[in-house]
Amino acid sequence: MEYLLEALHVTKVFGTLKANDDVTLKVKPGEIHAFLGENGAGKSTLVKMIYGALQPTSGEFRWMGKSVTIPSPAAARKLGIGMVFQHFSLFDALTVAENIALAMPGAFDMKKLSERITRVSRDYGLPLEPTAVVADLSVGERQRIEIVRCLLQEPKLLIMDEPTAVLTPQEADQLFVTLARLAGEGCAVIYISHRLEEVKRLCHNVTILRHGKVVANVDPATETAASLARLMVGGDIHVVKSAREDQRGATRLKLDHLKLPADGPFSVELRNVSLDVKAGEVVAIAGVAGNGQSELFDAVSGERSLRDAAMLVIDGKPMGHDGVNTRRNAGAAFVPEERLGHGAVPGFTLSQNVVLTRHSSDEALVKSGMVSSGGAAGVSQRVIKDFDVRKGKPDPEARSLSGGNLQKFVVGRELDRKPGVLVVNQPTWGVDAGAAATVRQAIVDLARQGSAVLVISQDLDEIFEIADRIAVISRGQLSEAYPASELSSEKIGLLMAGAHELKETAHAARA
Amino acid sequence: MNEQLLSVILTIITASTPLLLAAIGELVVERSGVLNLGVEGMMAVGAVSGFGAALLTGNPYVGVLAALFAGALLSLLFGFLTLTMVSNQVATGLALTLLGLGTAGLMGEAFVGQPGVHLERLHVPGLSDIPFIGPILFGQDLMVYLSFAIVAGVSYLLFRSKAGLIIRAVGDSHQSAHALGYSVVGVRYLCVMFGGACSGLAGGYLSLAYTPQWVENMTAGRGWIALALVVFSSWLPWRIVVGAYLFGTITVMGFSLQAYGIGIPSQLLSALPYVVTILVLVLISRNRALMRANTPACLGQPFVPDR
Repeated sequence: MEYLLEALHVTKVFGTLKANDDVTLKVKPGEIHAFLGENGAGKSTLVKMIYGALQPTSGEFRWMGKSVTIPSPAAARKLGIGMVFQHFSLFDALTVAENIALAMPGAFDMKKLSERITRVSRDYGLPLEPTAVVADLSVGERQRIEIVRCLLQEPKLLIMDEPTAVLTPQEADQLFVTLARLAGEGCAVIYISHRLEEVKRLCHNVTILRHGKVVANVDPATETAASLARLMVGGDIHVVKSAREDQRGATRLKLDHLKLPADGPFSVELRNVSLDVKAGEVVAIAGVAGNGQSELFDAVSGERSLRDAAMLVIDGKPMGHDGVNTRRNAGAAFVPEERLGHGAVPGFTLSQNVVLTRHSSDEALVKSGMVSSGGAAGVSQRVIKDFDVRKGKPDPEARSLSGGNLQKFVVGRELDRKPGVLVVNQPTWGVDAGAAATVRQAIVDLARQGSAVLVISQDLDEIFEIADRIAVISRGQLSEAYPASELSSEKIGLLMAGAHELKETAHAARA
Repeated sequence: MNEQLLSVILTIITASTPLLLAAIGELVVERSGVLNLGVEGMMAVGAVSGFGAALLTGNPYVGVLAALFAGALLSLLFGFLTLTMVSNQVATGLALTLLGLGTAGLMGEAFVGQPGVHLERLHVPGLSDIPFIGPILFGQDLMVYLSFAIVAGVSYLLFRSKAGLIIRAVGDSHQSAHALGYSVVGVRYLCVMFGGACSGLAGGYLSLAYTPQWVENMTAGRGWIALALVVFSSWLPWRIVVGAYLFGTITVMGFSLQAYGIGIPSQLLSALPYVVTILVLVLISRNRALMRANTPACLGQPFVPDR
């Protein structure tokens, strides 16, 4: 048996879209095999077929040399295929052991299972406490549950879908050690990513997909990150030109010892968050998901009111008590993380969505209480043109746009106002490289025109690309903002893990 | 004095049992992530079916079974509408209440004024004759013991067995449960029918033990109190017992105070359990942390598997 898994001429068609087109690839035992490609290149569709969650339209899979059909994930698990999804299949209210028990076939013995979890997780360097409740765990720890859940079934092939997207650099390093050890024991790993450095460092073999087709199968050791990127995108990626300047103006957005209590057991309390964002600069807040980013965004945008008005100052005006609209009228603009549902109403057309965030700040849109549909259509057309939003109809519903195009629209809608202060949460989450570059360039350009921009992001590459200064949030505390040139990813990783918290606490104790 | 106290305690038990039965059933339904607001309707249908079956056969236990099946049957309709047809759970639950009350009224027309069959209290020779304690602990009807057995069973099932783990998992994240290969809709059907059967039993208890006769609208809002009790219990089975007996006590106290001629308007006393329900819900809901920790995260959300 030379190959563990072979895909031969696999095609998957959704309606008129060929998500996978004649894909052929081979995975050896003990090999870490990367699937590289942009969003929409067909990586997820391909692994979902291998995992039995989707069925190929044509073509065949061979498992250990024998032709197989994989009708369901349960069948895949039986063959020895495990998968760690990007979106975890976990239950927040249950314990680690209960979460794992749900995925285990056979007898139900929590005590025995807990012992196994402790042993296996320690052996592989992924320590887990079986009685901990998932809601209290960090994203990295949650991922460990998913991995241990697979490992307990002793898989021959482990599929990982963008595992490092949610990890600190240190956690990612630990994961690589675990994966290398697994491969050493003969388990094959399919590793989906679009982070080229990682792929180069970890993987033995790379299959690159573009528009559903395999465009190359290469040895990562002989390639450079740039050559891999070219294969992935099919051309050169636009590089954000930031023309970093040190000419900073007055402070336009100021957070002054901002405190916000947690509003539930799964929410984070913000403790003494202080930050100045000056005219002309982009300040980024890095951090692992769930450390208070959404709470901070809610506090700055006015979705949750602050106890003390002076905790949030926009252009010299204390605005902590004011609602979203008052803050918008003062020249601020906000783009939330979740574009569909929070940033835009899915069933409304784009022009109606324009009215929703700009009705009070934009006089052309609402006249004596009546919506001017012409005005809204005008703005919507301008945003569509400026940001190259691709769509099927002249004024489509928000839900019919792809993620990247809707993100361009939602960001563009706010940028079009030329706001004095812009706060963006996760500007390019789940967006393909081309759209991400457009959005990032627009954010940097806005700052260079004299606005203050605050970006909350988990993507370190993005942060280094656009930020002038970087602060790190962990467990509701914000580090001081360092100039981007003074920070390395190692340093940020330490801050993400909470290195600044001790200092803050000591500070508080002295004060 | 002892005589009076004993009779009050016995009345409290009879008044609390239907609340306990309906609420423990609904707790399981909600733990699986389904909100069935039709408890009142299922109770009404259970009450009339139980009464009718007992009257026709002369056997109260046949009545109990009929109540159970009638409740389960009506909940099956709810399950079909909300789980298979994915209709809105709140609207469907409200409609189920109206449907149940109406159907019960129609079915019960012939039973109005008929003398009912009484579900007898058990008598264990010796034990039941112990003064005071005996009648309370060993002299209840079968349904009282059954209600506690159900609570114990549900508590064990939910927190000690794999089936219970699956129910909680489905209620916490139906997407994840589906991804792991569990039949979300199947689990929910079973839970909804269990809840319906319990509501039916609760209704049957009203027309067979509490007041053994049929009167239209005899459920008198108990289904709604049962729904409130589930929230009161923060979805923990044993707290349902506390809640049900607390409200049973308040109801009986209302009557007792009237009997003693204490000068409070009777309307206010009959409103007391409902007023207390609202107050307790407000107080409990203020503690958001507590509420969210146990609330099934998918409660009331329709499930449509993606793809």
